Amino acid sequence: MLDANQTSSTADLDAVMTRQTQTGLATFIGQQAFWVFLAAALAALTLGLVTDSFATPQNLFNVTRNFAFVAIVALGMTVVIISGGIDLSVGSVLCLSAMILAIQMNAGQSFWVASAMALAAALLVGLINGILIAVVGMPSFVVTLGMLSVARSLAMVLSDNKMIFQFGPDETLLFWVGGGSTFGLPHPVVALTLLALLTGFLLNWTRWGVHVFAIGANERAATMTGIRVPLTKISVFMFSSLMAGVAGVLMAGWLGGVTTNLGQSLELTVIAAAVIGGANLMGGAGTVFGAVVGAALIEIIRNSLILLGVSTFWQGAFVGTFIVLAVAFDRIRAYRNS
Amino acid sequence: MPIDGTAGFGLTTELGANNRGVGWMSVLRLTGVSKNFGAIQALKNVSLTIEPGQVIGLMGDNGAGKSTLVKIIAGNFRPSHGQMQIGDHEVSFHGPLDARKNGIEIVYQDLALCDNLTAAVNVFLGRELTRQIGPLRIVDYAAMNRQAAALFKELKSETRPRDLVRSMSGGQRQAVAIARTRLSNARLVLMDEPTAAISVRQVAEVLNLIRMLQDQGVAVVLISHRMPDVFSVADRVVVLRRGSVVADKPISQTSPEEVTGLITGAIEHA
Ligand SMILES: Nc1ncnc2c1ncn2[C@@H]1O[C@H](COP(=O)(O)OP(=O)(O)OP(=O)(O)O)[C@@H](O)[C@H]1O
Ligand SMILES: [Mg+2]
Repeated sequence: MLDANQTSSTADLDAVMTRQTQTGLATFIGQQAFWVFLAAALAALTLGLVTDSFATPQNLFNVTRNFAFVAIVALGMTVVIISGGIDLSVGSVLCLSAMILAIQMNAGQSFWVASAMALAAALLVGLINGILIAVVGMPSFVVTLGMLSVARSLAMVLSDNKMIFQFGPDETLLFWVGGGSTFGLPHPVVALTLLALLTGFLLNWTRWGVHVFAIGANERAATMTGIRVPLTKISVFMFSSLMAGVAGVLMAGWLGGVTTNLGQSLELTVIAAAVIGGANLMGGAGTVFGAVVGAALIEIIRNSLILLGVSTFWQGAFVGTFIVLAVAFDRIRAYRNS
Repeated sequence: MPIDGTAGFGLTTELGANNRGVGWMSVLRLTGVSKNFGAIQALKNVSLTIEPGQVIGLMGDNGAGKSTLVKIIAGNFRPSHGQMQIGDHEVSFHGPLDARKNGIEIVYQDLALCDNLTAAVNVFLGRELTRQIGPLRIVDYAAMNRQAAALFKELKSETRPRDLVRSMSGGQRQAVAIARTRLSNARLVLMDEPTAAISVRQVAEVLNLIRMLQDQGVAVVLISHRMPDVFSVADRVVVLRRGSVVADKPISQTSPEEVTGLITGAIEHA
């Protein structure tokens, strides 16, 4: 096809470049995220038809807001998973950030200063995770499992394990940021939209994003081509912690109180959301859209269990089964392709 | 943007400018290079001169020191003794990036590609092209696809820049790995057993790629255990035995039988 004698090379190149294995639409339909999106839409539709309580404005408002917290943290988790790692500390980081915010505001600090401190603390945790993983070379599973314990313990020490529900002079601002809405959109949903766009941009349109995908697929190759692997990995864990921190600040405003069990076992739900959305735990694959629809599907299932009167004790069983199923489908597909 | 047949040489990349002019002299000269790993002496007093556009077949039994030699040239290892010269100045590489800046590229045995990225992105990995949009610097996929297509065309390879490496044949993967070396206008490309694990048809494809490099004036060091490969592309054969060079002669003045004898030790020296 690429004949050496051909002179009209421009036309030639164009022909080569448009000849792809799959078109954009086909690629999209082939993605797990697309099917999860369909499943979530179908589940929502069915619920709307069989219950009177699902499609009410109030319930939809609650569902979208609740899922936004999980989805925001899942954005960071997806980036970590794409890079070939895992971050088990997100639930505890969320709690630690919310607690720092609460303590500072309770002591009379302004919302802006307190939330800057909360996010700085989250970034610091991510930095420590990242250095231990990328520089010292420890497995992310071990490092972040340790951090899961350390960060929550710090939140307990700082607060003396007490609930904080008074936020000083900026209390109304905090409640508005986390619990308010603009044009009918809950603020956590607004934050999710902005952060999803940001994450999508970073992953798909920056060199950093290309490097994250490269590291997840073949870390040695990434190193040999001159990519600064340790630096990129550190930034990935800082990004994940930052997302958890943002969710923590929003959650504090929404709940109007912070306790030391905030975000407990959130990491499981978040990993489930990312994996259900198509992030590959072996690294190298994952999408922002997947993380968001994964989180949406989990919240819809959770909500439906409540509305259908099923005991909430069943939630864990559903979420756990979903993770295993999502990974199983991925394995089956990989097996068929090989 | 029109791309003519010489696009490969005209590519402007960040690294292209770093190439030192090496004139018409040798691309690289090794003098008395030795390498010890603890008590093991992997290379003993190796001297070698590599000329522009020359394909050198580097042969030897398992453990003879071929990979070690190539890794020293590529900056992965530092020699225990001896020196390396480019043109008339001495060089010492502190890592693969150093070697790359001096126009030396290595194609690793496992090619070091990322399966989940396209051919074009793999070619540009670590030196992605970007363009400025307002305050943002975004990855310029279109430019990378265009330039990668030109490189593949120059290598006469049917590799499509937008295909994922995951779905590509062994020969196409080689083309991606080799296109990478063209990007920096390398003077010397090192290949460690590129034909070890691929089909016969793909071997022919790789040998063609090597000839294309040679046509562009690039020197190639090809490590291979396959006699027919070496005899079909190499200008010169260098045989290592237990870390020493036991033969270094033009391919026209030797035969597969002689080389086999040199490798095994049946023939002492040539
Ligand atoms: N990093 C290392 N540390 C210690 N010894 C090494 C190292 N790399 C190579 N060696 C030793 O150096 C000698 C030469 O090895 P080398 O890999 O260069 O051989 P080779 O000619 O490439 O062999 P093969 O055909 O099997 O690839 C061997 O004895 C090997 O065990
Ligand atoms: Mg070897």
